Amino acid sequence: MEYNFLCNIFILIVMPPFFVGVINRVKSIIAGRTGPPILQLYHDIFKLIKKNAVYSRSTSCIFRIVPLTSLLIVLCAGMLLPIASPSPISFQGDVILFVYLFALARFLTITAALDTASSFEGMGASREATYGALSEITIFIVLMTLVIIVKSLSLNKMLTHGQNVFVADPSVILLFLAFFFIMLTENSRMPIDDPHTHLELTMIHEVMILDYSGPDLGIILYGASIKLFVFMAFTAMIIFPCSEGPVWAGTGILFLKVLAVSIMTGLVESFTARIKLIRIPQMLIASFVLTLFALLITLFDQRML
Amino acid sequence: MVVIIMILVLLAFLALGMKDERWRPLLKKIMISGALLHNAATIALFFFRQQVAWKDYVSVDDISIIFTALISIIFTMVAIYSTSYLPLRRLSEVNESGMNIYVACMLFFLATMTLAVSTLHIGVLWIAIESTTLASAPLIYYRQNKRSLEAAWKYLLICSVGIALALLGIFFVVASTRGTGANLSLGSLIANARQFNPGLLRLGFILILIGFGTKMGLAPMHNWLPDAHSEAPSPISALLSATLLNCALLGIIRFFQICVAAGLAKFASDLLIIFGLFSLFVAAVFISFQKNYKRLLAYSSVEHMGIIALGMGIGADFASLLHVVGHSLTKALLFLTAGNILLLYKTKLAPDVSGLLRTSRPTGVLFTAGCLAVLGLPPFLPFISEFLILQKGISGGYTMAMVLYLLFLGIIFVSVTKTILPMVRGKQKISVNMKLPATLILPPMILLLIVVFLGIYLPHNVASLVDLAARSISRIFG
Amino acid sequence: MNWILVGIVLTTFVVLGSSRITTRIKAVAIQGGLLSVLQFVARGSLFDIHGALLFGITFFIKTIIIPLLIFRSIRGISMRVDKEPKVSSHSLLLTLGLITTISFLNINTFPLAVGATISSLLIPSALTTVLTGLLILVTKTKATNQIIGFLILENGVFTFGMTIVSEFPTIVEVGVLLDILVGVFIMGIMIYQINRTFDDIDTKSLSLLGDA
Repeated sequence: MEYNFLCNIFILIVMPPFFVGVINRVKSIIAGRTGPPILQLYHDIFKLIKKNAVYSRSTSCIFRIVPLTSLLIVLCAGMLLPIASPSPISFQGDVILFVYLFALARFLTITAALDTASSFEGMGASREATYGALSEITIFIVLMTLVIIVKSLSLNKMLTHGQNVFVADPSVILLFLAFFFIMLTENSRMPIDDPHTHLELTMIHEVMILDYSGPDLGIILYGASIKLFVFMAFTAMIIFPCSEGPVWAGTGILFLKVLAVSIMTGLVESFTARIKLIRIPQMLIASFVLTLFALLITLFDQRML
Repeated sequence: MVVIIMILVLLAFLALGMKDERWRPLLKKIMISGALLHNAATIALFFFRQQVAWKDYVSVDDISIIFTALISIIFTMVAIYSTSYLPLRRLSEVNESGMNIYVACMLFFLATMTLAVSTLHIGVLWIAIESTTLASAPLIYYRQNKRSLEAAWKYLLICSVGIALALLGIFFVVASTRGTGANLSLGSLIANARQFNPGLLRLGFILILIGFGTKMGLAPMHNWLPDAHSEAPSPISALLSATLLNCALLGIIRFFQICVAAGLAKFASDLLIIFGLFSLFVAAVFISFQKNYKRLLAYSSVEHMGIIALGMGIGADFASLLHVVGHSLTKALLFLTAGNILLLYKTKLAPDVSGLLRTSRPTGVLFTAGCLAVLGLPPFLPFISEFLILQKGISGGYTMAMVLYLLFLGIIFVSVTKTILPMVRGKQKISVNMKLPATLILPPMILLLIVVFLGIYLPHNVASLVDLAARSISRIFG
Repeated sequence: MNWILVGIVLTTFVVLGSSRITTRIKAVAIQGGLLSVLQFVARGSLFDIHGALLFGITFFIKTIIIPLLIFRSIRGISMRVDKEPKVSSHSLLLTLGLITTISFLNINTFPLAVGATISSLLIPSALTTVLTGLLILVTKTKATNQIIGFLILENGVFTFGMTIVSEFPTIVEVGVLLDILVGVFIMGIMIYQINRTFDDIDTKSLSLLGDA
């Protein structure tokens, strides 16, 4: 058990930047470019960590502690997730902890952005808060539906299902689609926010971390990739639950699942244009309605209505 | 009957093809012959009722005969009238649909209405009523201007949606028959009605009442009616008001019969009373400040549909069916006369019309008599039926409803006379020198004579036919 | 069966959520196709000549002819993307959520005994579709959108009809379909006329008539 858990943590720490590379690679192939190497993000992070940080005079200690704290919080959330094998940290209601750990990380990022006392970053913070609030409802409905399906409040149970097969049920597929969209929103991916633009008036996430440099920026990039990895793993596990087999098999399967989701993400990012800022709430509400529908179908299936 | 409908549809297609101007005289002949054919069929219906059936899809009962006869008479009159009305109106209008479309749609309209009243199959009933909407929408758009376009669009959309809801209602009714072995023909539905699921039947009836009620012009679903009636050419208004509304009414009657047979009479008739009184109320309010006399007549149709629904609701079936007859004949007469007024004065606004009696004495007389009839004065037929409804209502213990009924009738009486009298009497403001041909005077005249005749002396045959029809609605209570 | 029903509801969502008329028409076409398949499935037996015939006719009318008619009628009308902020799309979507919830919650008030071949998801899906059709009709003012709303409503009614698919004679169903087809045909002609007369297909310009 210890060994499995260590394996989980190892995957969680090592793998995430790789999948960011996969997404970028897919995008560049479709755009007809060679693109950066798949392991580019590792280089970036190491390079940044070796540098020195520059801090604005208007910032306080909050600004300095946030990167590391939020990275740790995201790691904690990731440990709750059954990655390659069921996680040993599991209790009734860890679902809610899982969601709120991310909310906490978001809260810290927002505070740090406000701490810079720059109106530009404040704007980003306000957007992040708005869209975060809107997507949180959807996340909770997705989780609620899963809770109803497996009749348990624990992530382990939820994402293992006790079975090792592809779950083909209309409501589960709906959940998958809605959560995929939420994954894109939460991680500032393409149709919502463009991770590659800087200094543009419509960006959301990037603008908040504009004042970070050196090791802090590296940590933030690393944390973001972990968050993306956790969300992608979660998305994949909605329709293809985590297996209970040996850990090496679990790792392999997980790798394939997340790889598939990354490729999907890359494709979506290549083929969709960024939607207008003003239409984002509409998309979020649409995904909310979608999950609501899934919830209703599930309740209906379970004869709870 | 099947043959007649087939022939009408064929004639309609034939007419549709005759686009050229030189076919005009022939088109008129086709329309008139369609009407005459229909007359012959209706007369034949009185004698050979059993032979006309084709399963339940086309089959008649006593109610059908009354409605078919009404359609037949009124359509003939309208057809004769429109042969000379349209060319005269045409002088003053720039754009309009071709005669071929007019005749074709008229014949389609006649065919679908005939099908609607002569079927005992609820599925076919729905199809026929929806088809009447489709056939009549191009007729409303005959004038091809902004106003008629608006009226036709509203008519088409509102009625289609209403009828879609009625289809939902029919599905519910059919679902309620599950397990009883009833098929979709009226006879079998009524025979097995006792075992139906009452919840579903109720739901179905509400939806059908709303759906067909939209088409029939019951308030608050009547919005399309004044627009369509005021913008359509007058002969079409006459057809819409006097026959189309009846078809929708028949749709409601059919399901009312089923509800009564299923023991839901109380529920269904309460709904009818509520809708009926509300229609009366709305009509009274809107008539009181109405300046456009065609709209006024349209609201009067809303009023009379309300009266009929109220009559059905309180159990005065005989009086209601009689009122259907009276209203149809009178309203056709009135709209045709309104067409004459429009020809003479070229305005639809009542204040601009005065001295009608001096301008054209027959038109003036017809209009006055028609209005008095539609207001329910003796010696016209609507008086008898309205009085019978009142009598039945009071003896049946619907005192409150009857008080409201009289109140609304009173308001309508005052407002209509206030609008109509200055139109008919008074000096001519503008000199109109136009001679109306006999084909414009005779059809409404004949209708008036029928209304007066039936008002003074109701022949035994007619009375017994209406009575039989009323019995087939077969009230169990009250 | 469940898949088809979910598909029908989803296409309804797409129609309400999308802002392009062409997307909407395509969604309606897909919905029509799903409906014809649903009809086939609901009959239970696979090799049934009536079922196959009806499937063919429904598919032909709902998926091919009607969308083509609408496409034809908007041909030449430049405004493919509609901007009609009468009701904001946020509130529309939230209303949609509300409608869906209500449709599912009220399931027990509809005592429709559902047959063995019919999924119990049918009634709420149909109800959602009917109500959304009405919602589109009330909130959208463009003539094309009103037709689409009408079609959605009609499709919802049809979905309800699957509960009684065995009772309804084929000839009647074909008649119903033909009626709708002719209805859409006439509406299409009217859209053309409205566009010609008003230079726009917004029915807000249809407001000349009224009581003085």
